[in-house]
Amino acid sequence: MNNEAVIQTGAAALHVAGDHGEAHHHKQSFITKYIFSQDHKTIGKQFLITGIIWACIGGFMSVLFRLQLGFPDTSFPWLSTVIGHWAKNGHITPEAFYSLTTIHGTVMIFFVLTGGLSGTFANFLIPLQIGARDMASPLMNMLSYWFFFTASVIMLSSFFVQTGPFAGGWTAYPPLSALGDASPGSKTGMDLWLASLILFVVSQLLAGLNYISTVLNMRTKGMSMMRMPLSTWGVFLQAILGVLSFPVLFSGFILLIFDRHFGTSFFLSDIYINGVGALPHEGGNAILYQHLFWFLGHPEVYIVILPAMGIASEVMSTNGRKPIFGYSAMVMSMFAIVVLAFLVWAHHMFVTGMNPFLGSIFVLLTLLIAVPSAIKVFNWLTTLWKGNLRFTPGMLFAIGFVSVFISGGLTGIYMGNSAIDIHIHDTYFIIAHFHLVMGVAAFFGMFCGVYHWFPKMYGRHMNNTLGYIHFWITLVGAYLIFWPMHYEGLAGMPRRYYDYSTWESFKQFGELNKFISICVIITFAAQFLFLFNFFHSIFKGRKMTVKNPWKSNALEWTTPIKVGHGNWPGEIPEVHRWPYDYSKDGHDFIPQTVPVGEEDNPAYTSAAFTGIKVEEEQKRGVKA
Amino acid sequence: MSMFFTIAAFLLIVIVIFQIAKASEYVSVLKGEEQSFKQSNKVNGALMIVFLILGLIGVYWCNKLLYPRTTLVEGSASIEGEQVDHLFWITLILTGIVFFATQILLFWFAFRYQYKENKKAYYFPHNNTMEIIWTSVPTIVLLILIVYGLRSWFLFTGDAPKNAMQVEVTGHQFQWNFRYPGADGVFGKKYFRDIDPANSNTLGLIWKDNGALKQKADPACFDDIITGTLYLVKNKPVELLINSQDVIHDVGLPQFRLKMDAVPGTPTRLWFTPKYTTEEMKKITGNPNYTYELACDQLCGNGHYSMRAVIEVVTQQEYDVIMAKQKPAYFAAFPDKDPANQQPAATDSTAAPAAATAAVRTTRDTAALALR
Repeated sequence: MNNEAVIQTGAAALHVAGDHGEAHHHKQSFITKYIFSQDHKTIGKQFLITGIIWACIGGFMSVLFRLQLGFPDTSFPWLSTVIGHWAKNGHITPEAFYSLTTIHGTVMIFFVLTGGLSGTFANFLIPLQIGARDMASPLMNMLSYWFFFTASVIMLSSFFVQTGPFAGGWTAYPPLSALGDASPGSKTGMDLWLASLILFVVSQLLAGLNYISTVLNMRTKGMSMMRMPLSTWGVFLQAILGVLSFPVLFSGFILLIFDRHFGTSFFLSDIYINGVGALPHEGGNAILYQHLFWFLGHPEVYIVILPAMGIASEVMSTNGRKPIFGYSAMVMSMFAIVVLAFLVWAHHMFVTGMNPFLGSIFVLLTLLIAVPSAIKVFNWLTTLWKGNLRFTPGMLFAIGFVSVFISGGLTGIYMGNSAIDIHIHDTYFIIAHFHLVMGVAAFFGMFCGVYHWFPKMYGRHMNNTLGYIHFWITLVGAYLIFWPMHYEGLAGMPRRYYDYSTWESFKQFGELNKFISICVIITFAAQFLFLFNFFHSIFKGRKMTVKNPWKSNALEWTTPIKVGHGNWPGEIPEVHRWPYDYSKDGHDFIPQTVPVGEEDNPAYTSAAFTGIKVEEEQKRGVKA
Repeated sequence: MSMFFTIAAFLLIVIVIFQIAKASEYVSVLKGEEQSFKQSNKVNGALMIVFLILGLIGVYWCNKLLYPRTTLVEGSASIEGEQVDHLFWITLILTGIVFFATQILLFWFAFRYQYKENKKAYYFPHNNTMEIIWTSVPTIVLLILIVYGLRSWFLFTGDAPKNAMQVEVTGHQFQWNFRYPGADGVFGKKYFRDIDPANSNTLGLIWKDNGALKQKADPACFDDIITGTLYLVKNKPVELLINSQDVIHDVGLPQFRLKMDAVPGTPTRLWFTPKYTTEEMKKITGNPNYTYELACDQLCGNGHYSMRAVIEVVTQQEYDVIMAKQKPAYFAAFPDKDPANQQPAATDSTAAPAAATAAVRTTRDTAALALR
């Protein structure tokens, strides 16, 4: 079989799936179907559910440390029952507090928003949206999940070591992270943290290479790059970012392991630890690690946000019944973000004593990266303008995404300008900034995608009313939590403090901290609406009756309701147009598979593409 | 008990919400999906505008309530920091315009263009003029902010004025030490392997010859003064020479709008000019407990949150009195070299005209040191 044929028919996947690309003909045991599956859809769901579990753990951690911040004087005896010696006299200990904040950051960024968000949607959407039977290498894809899973298990095991999990902040700056004598969390906990994240990097590289090669090589006939939905563009570009930047983090981690265990001095110099004495290390530079870390660390925030941007764009256009405004500008701005993302990392280090000239270059590039983000926001607004908006839960989260992305994005202009950054660096201002712009926004992108593609994943619908309530509580909660933090930051209130009550300059925010903590608890509790809705709907949700419930143009909705391994029974459909022909020439929508000019044929009805005659079609599919 | 009620109330709310959700599904079966979709769409459309209005009111109230608690009210306590505030206000105005414009448009559009049965959306895939406008306008605005910002950046990171006094700041888990050069105006040499807290040498000053390390005692460090409070002089530029002994710390000066990491092995620096004395600031803010505080701003271990030092900004006269009272750290390690011990009660009269407040302060400072 020549190359052309492989690409067109997805022969590689066919080989895996059986003779005709139809999974239901092929016998699969429970283990190969649900656990060690090589089907990109199952792997996507595995990433999603693992991500959800981690989000629950990470979110619960934030509730615990917010209890301390909001109620430093109140004793909660039940805490000792729940977390044992991590709480003393009903108070979380400082050790536990710093472990909680550290692991909260680590798992939210890496496991939830990288693994759970891009892992889910890259896996699930790429083959379906570009018209491929599966990923370029289903085996590598499966391995990427199981590396992620192993990383998760190791991270989880670090909760149970005697000296506690790592407690030096998710950025793990040495010397604190390198020296067990400087912090108990930097003993065994840090070794497990490093092992876990190294496996996670491996997982991301396997996955990223796979995404890139799939998108570049396995698009169906007619699916040119500029006909791909923006959701695919988002995950494709984040994969490029990840593949080019994760190895640098990897090298930083390896050097850190050498400093910890093999007596090297890459990051250590001139250190005297109380009670231990002067250490032998000389000549290293602690700032070097920060360069290595942020060379990934900054692209990482775009790794998180690009898929969310793509998902929001796709969902907004579909439910606005309007083409996304400025498709090529959207693609170009995402591309500009990818390029600039590599050139701004040192804006995290303006106060490390860096060369002022170097700093000025990073100011310039940092503020310039705001331009493509601004373009995207204006394009989203114009997409909504004169639309015919259907507020599905997915659509609500897409709109909420734009709102929090604006609010969080604008404060980036303060942080990026080094002169202001000096004042608000490492205060609650930055907490507010990044939680809104890449925490809440990326979560909204994730919710948006889950609500939108849930029918495609499980053949059932989620409950809309629960979705609406979930959205409104979460949107209001997110603003109530993070908006006031800007003011705390403007008073210089430092982040990562266990207790502010002894500080004359910061204790005026005691009441506010209490208010924020209450909002955190309520917002966290509201997420159970989503959890219940999600897991309940998998088994008991309203069954899909039509195969294209959102009347979408994209290719994934041309697959049958129950999608087998191989995605399409019979031939992969050919693509003739871009995915955003909504409300064009009097037609509500024109799917990508409709040849140009065909929509003017009197026989064309868009109703045919919602798959009302599903059963008939399915029968035909089986026969073919 | 209250715990029990909270859980019970929570469960009750959850059950109510689930019932509503379930009922809505039955309603949609009865009325038809189309009908119930239209209804919920209207509700969500209305909520968009409600959220916008309540949100704007919330922004106003939040500002009214919280702005007085920020340090923006009394302004920067350093002359250089005024530039930070200035730049902040410019950025606030520009981003504020964008914020209100985009948020209002977003929720207004969502409300205004909600689904109507016989309406067709407007097919509007792109428009080059619009896109060129909103690429170039943000670029120009951002370039203005960059130019403004970099002017201040180069001032802060540039050389300190010639008349600046120098203080060395050293961070270690979890406290700050400040070293003044003493009468000779020169900081003596130090080395981290000479640190010996048991013998009062907290900074590792090279007080004696050490054959193993090939060191000769540096007489310049005999008169160096080490304190736990940072004394600064009003209107006199000060340059902080920043070090760390163990992990990365950060000299955070929120009232002065400045900040600099303390990195082991890599000295950093930072300079500014205090504008008001602590006493003046108490009057300006109307807060009798007002204190300038130095906060560690880089996570440095489990005691990070307690790594606090007090900064006293005083007049030159008060400063001279305070410094005259301080004993060089050398004498704590070598009491026999202390002239006070050799000729008891001889030099006390030098500090005679001391202001009472200064004396009190010094006692407090010594007490604080003793506590540590």
